[in-house]
Amino acid sequence: MCNQTVGLIAAELERQGISTVALQLLRDVAQRLRPPRALFVPFRHGYPLDTANDPASQHAVLEAALSLAEDPTLAPPVLADFPAPVPRASRGSA
Amino acid sequence: MGDLNEFSLPVKLFLKTYRWRKIDPVPWAPLKKPLNQCRLALVSTAGFVLPGQMPFDKSIRGGDHSFREIPDATDVSKLIESHRSESFDHAGINADPNLGFPIDRARELAKRGRIGSLNRRQLSFMGSITAPGRLIQETAPAAARLLVEDAVDLALLVPV
Repeated sequence: MCNQTVGLIAAELERQGISTVALQLLRDVAQRLRPPRALFVPFRHGYPLDTANDPASQHAVLEAALSLAEDPTLAPPVLADFPAPVPRASRGSA
Repeated sequence: MGDLNEFSLPVKLFLKTYRWRKIDPVPWAPLKKPLNQCRLALVSTAGFVLPGQMPFDKSIRGGDHSFREIPDATDVSKLIESHRSESFDHAGINADPNLGFPIDRARELAKRGRIGSLNRRQLSFMGSITAPGRLIQETAPAAARLLVEDAVDLALLVPV
């Protein structure tokens, strides 16, 4: 239900003029709900930013979300996929 | 991961038959300035509260649609998780609240100039709301008004 809740809040924020990016953990729900700007992440519920105590993996998700927010070519509703995980050895520090 | 197969059969059946809301029309508020000049707010539905705040009420039929304000300087280790759902593994967000409420990560983004600033308050909801009427009519608009008052440019919303 969290997926729907964040989407509904995101919609209200956008109605009041605030840009949003809503992470989504269920693609089917995101497609039905249609949050204005959503990033589907391929992680299980409880782990929306990938891995606990791993700032690099969490920053990777946040960076993808921020990139969506600053892309001027997009039109609503946006449902983008989080890119394939980057091998740990090539991840930068937080 | 990230599909219905991670849930128990009763939960899967509920989710398959649930009448999901549809946002229509879809509102759209693009950023008006570069990200490094923007004020970011976090909105999490992981059900976190601070000591002294009322925990989310697990007994409310349809889900507790209220929210809590979480200051930007919060030590995430102080956050108390009170999400009512038993359908997901809570171990990750209890071990590292940043997983569902990335306040430390957002402060790091501000420190290195990727965003302009982190808003003075973040918002915490408990996302297990099966009857979202009052969320749509009351608390989401109230939450949005707070962030408009704060001149927030961008909100990142994190479900669990």
